[in-house]
Parts: sequence; C-alpha cells; structure tokens
Amino acid sequence: MQFGIFTVGDVTTDPTTGRTPTEHERIKATVAIALKAEEVGLDVFATGEHHNPPFVPSSPTTLLGHIAARTENLILSTSTTLITTNDPVKIAEDYAVLQHLAEGRVDLMMGRGNTGPVYPWFGKDIRHGIPLAIENYALLHKLWREDVVDWEGKFRTPLQSFTATPRPLDGVPPFVWHGSIRSTEIAEQAAYYGDGFFHNNIFWPMSHTRKMVELYRERYAHYGHGTPEQAIVGLGGQVFMRKNSQDAIAEFRPYFDNAPVYGHGPSLEDFTEQTPLTVGSPQEVIERTLGFREAVGDYQRQLFLMDHAGLPLQTVLEQLDILGEEVVPVLRKEFARLRPAGVPETAPLHPAVTARTKEA
Amino acid sequence: MRTLKLVAVSAGLSVPSSTRLLADRLAQSVRSRLVERADERATDTDVQVRVVELRELAVQIANHLVTGFPAPALGEAIEAVTEADGLIAVTPVFTASYSGLFKSFFDLIEPDALAGKPVLIAATGGTARHSLVLEHALRPLFAYLRALVVPTAVYAASEDWGGTGDALTDTLPVRIERAGGELAGLMTGGGVGAGRAVEADGLVPAARIA
Repeated sequence: MQFGIFTVGDVTTDPTTGRTPTEHERIKATVAIALKAEEVGLDVFATGEHHNPPFVPSSPTTLLGHIAARTENLILSTSTTLITTNDPVKIAEDYAVLQHLAEGRVDLMMGRGNTGPVYPWFGKDIRHGIPLAIENYALLHKLWREDVVDWEGKFRTPLQSFTATPRPLDGVPPFVWHGSIRSTEIAEQAAYYGDGFFHNNIFWPMSHTRKMVELYRERYAHYGHGTPEQAIVGLGGQVFMRKNSQDAIAEFRPYFDNAPVYGHGPSLEDFTEQTPLTVGSPQEVIERTLGFREAVGDYQRQLFLMDHAGLPLQTVLEQLDILGEEVVPVLRKEFARLRPAGVPETAPLHPAVTARTKEA
Repeated sequence: MRTLKLVAVSAGLSVPSSTRLLADRLAQSVRSRLVERADERATDTDVQVRVVELRELAVQIANHLVTGFPAPALGEAIEAVTEADGLIAVTPVFTASYSGLFKSFFDLIEPDALAGKPVLIAATGGTARHSLVLEHALRPLFAYLRALVVPTAVYAASEDWGGTGDALTDTLPVRIERAGGELAGLMTGGGVGAGRAVEADGLVPAARIA
C-alpha cells in the first residue's frame, strides 16, 4: 500500500486571518509540503494541473523536477495531468525527462479537466472531453512503447517517423492511473490498458465510489489483466486531525465554512458523514480509511488532500507530522495484515526504484 | 403481480398547501383509473403512490447544487422520480413561472433520466390569469427532458376550489379526471383517450338536457 498526499494548488484566503498567500508563497509552500511528505515517510506526492486562477500549478514537471532533486524516495505523481488539452507528444517527452531525473520515481494520473474555458484556450472543446482522453492517451501509450511512430488521429497533426525523446528510463514507461469521478468510459479505459484507476472520492459518497471501482475491477478482469481483486485502485480522502476530536472540529470549522469548495452548503457534520472528509483524532482517520477498504476491497494507493481550505503552511506541516507518525504506520500494518496473497501491494514501481529498494 | 409506481412531486411551501392538495387529488385520480384498467383487463396490478414534498428537501436541494452530490433523502427522492412509471409534477406559480425550488429539483435530475416517461403537469396560483404557465414554462421544461407530457395540464386557481367552471372551462374535478385518465393511459401502454366527438359538419353535440 502506498500512502501519499495530493495537492490542488489553490491560492485560498485563510478565513481566520483574511490573509491570501501570494502565488510565490503558494508555490514555495507546495515544495515545503512535498519535502515534509518525504520526511515523515509518505510514499507519494502528487500535484494537480491548472491553467486558471486561483491555482498555481500550471507546469507540473517543473515543480516535480525541483522536488525530485531534493528528495530520495518520494514517488512524484500528478492529480491530474490533463490528457485532453495537453499535447500527448509533450506529455510523453516532459514525463520521460522527469523520469530520468527522478531515477524512475514517477508515475502520473490522467484526467480531463472540468473547466469549460480551459479547453478553448488550448484549442479544444470540452464536448470532446472523452474522445480527446481516449485518442490522446492511445497516442501517449504508443509514444512510450514504440521507438518510431506513424500516427494519425482526429485531434492532432499526424506524425510520420516520429520518435519521442528521451526514451523512457530503461525502456519502461511511467505507470499510469486514470482518474475519473463519474465517467464510466474512463474506468473502461483504465481497465482496457491494465492501468490504475483512481477515484477521487473527496466530494462523493462511498456508495458511488464503490460502484465505479467495481465496474473498473470487473472490466480489468474482462481484458485479461488479472482477477478483479488484482486491479490497481487508488482513492482520495481529506482529513484534519488533532489529538482530541473536539479540538480538530473547532479549529477546522471556520476553514470548512468559508472554503470555496466546502463552504456555504452542508454543515461540517453532514459533509463528514456523507463524504470521506474526516475531522477528528488520528484514530478516527485510521478507522475511516480502513472503512474505504471495506467499501472497495484491498487497494494500492491512498492519497490525502491536506493543504485545503486555506490552511496556513505551518498547520499543514503539523498535519503531515500527525499523518506520518500516528496514522500511516498503523494503516500500513493493518492493510498488510488484511491483504490476501496475490493482491498487489502497490502500483507497479519502476525497476530502477525496485532495484534501489532491494539494495537498501 | 405487476407493480406500477406513481410519484407525485409537490413544490408547495405552506402547510397545508393547495399544491400538495392538487398533487394528492391528481394521484388519487390516476390511481383509480389504473385500478379500473387493471380490473377491465383482469390483471393483478398493485399501484404504489408516493408523494415527494420538495419543501422537506429544500436545504438538501441547495446543498446538492453546491456540493454536486445528494444527501441520502434527496438521493432517494431522485431515484424514486427517475424510476417511476408515471410522474405528476405540481408547482405553485411564482413570478410568472414554476417556483425556483421546483426548477432546482429538476435541475438535479440527469438530462436523460425522464426521457419517455409519462408526466402529468399541474400548477396552482391565486388567479386563473397565470394558467398558461403550464404551457409556456412547464411543458417546454419537460419537452426538453424528452418526457411524454399528457395533453391535459391542470391549473387550479383559488376560485377553482369552489368553482363550477364556465362555458369554456371544465370544472377542476373534470380536468383532474381527464388528466388522470390520460396519465393512466400512458402508464399502461394505452393512448390518452379520444377528445369529444365532432360531427362531420363541425358541430359539437351539446349535452342532452333530458
């Protein structure tokens, strides 16, 4: 089981102080958060990709390359890489370079993006979201596996005798996840390729997450990649913890009530009941996360959203300490104890990473 | 045993509410016509009637708009509506149209979920002057959703609750019966029934005096 964090990269005002970080501060804070993730023993750091304010991560490989240079073990990933509006050729190249620099500590998650205007800004149309995701990924998959590519599709200039450079590290492309919340086509796509399926369930009831994961598992087996239980599943989650539940609730409530993504709708209590948001003690987070396993079966990656709702950097770093020291060690033990033989422990790692782990 | 599910959505806000009253009257009418039809055909049919009061779901509807997912009770109401064999949709007239709560609820239903579903539309208002809201607002809404809306839409103005109709308008009970028969017809695979017989020369036969 891999545990990690994912960031959206939003610049959000701290509602308790009224202070909004600058873009520069947010980017530096993101790096500090990633370094902390490694320090407290987490496995994965993933960044979102956005091309509109109030978000800063428009250039994920620049950010991840910088973090790669300052970490040893952390797997660098995305949440998500826009497979619709990015040129698949550029994705193939950017992430291959990152893979070389990070000695294989790279995987990525494909996503479509749900902001209408971003598509036309990149010459695309949101109504073609699914066909773009299907066609672009088919090309990306090929570019990483075939040295010389002849290709023609609907959405991009054809390629004749094209070689994406550099080639993936040791000829092994990064592992790919496909992230989707509602689109069954994407679960189908992940299953078809035998790739991972990530359900970012942070705003969804578990009943919905279960249905999407079940569909992916069934189709994964249908395409002959293994049993449904062997399919590679990842989930999101978001937490805020203090030693005592009541302290966690009191401290987080003003953030919840005012955050652009949470606020002005259901109460904190309703929201925590209906979605994975857990505000309470480390023990409550442990129990909730083990509950995810009950819902979707043994899975391979759990990513937490920690830098949400305008929390200041210092608080996020404290949260990561609690996550790394009190929550993840227990979860690792429990997930390992419960996982049946034959179910993969993690998403496939790059051989370069596996080799280094063996040496160590 | 065949089970027919009839769901009435009422967007009335007061308690008691004339919108709810109209929804209940319509549901009763549809139910008795369904039972009659079942008896005629000697089929064993169970009619389940459920009324969804949007007032009770008002906060959950607003929350769903904000969060993108329904709280349990709302999720269950949406499921009942999308799985119904027939739907009755009743709204008070607010500011020359359906109420915002009524529209917000239907905004949360997947665009294809009501395609082909038999629907009876109805509305209440203080004055009969708003009755075309049914034709100019509700019917296009359900046409967009590709629902099958019965020809008779029932509008109940305050005066209708004690009215006797006039030369051009049937009384409320007659309209309720006609609309109920039409919805029952569509729910059981029949048509909506023929209109009044018209003679070859275009004269409508008058009701017999004796």
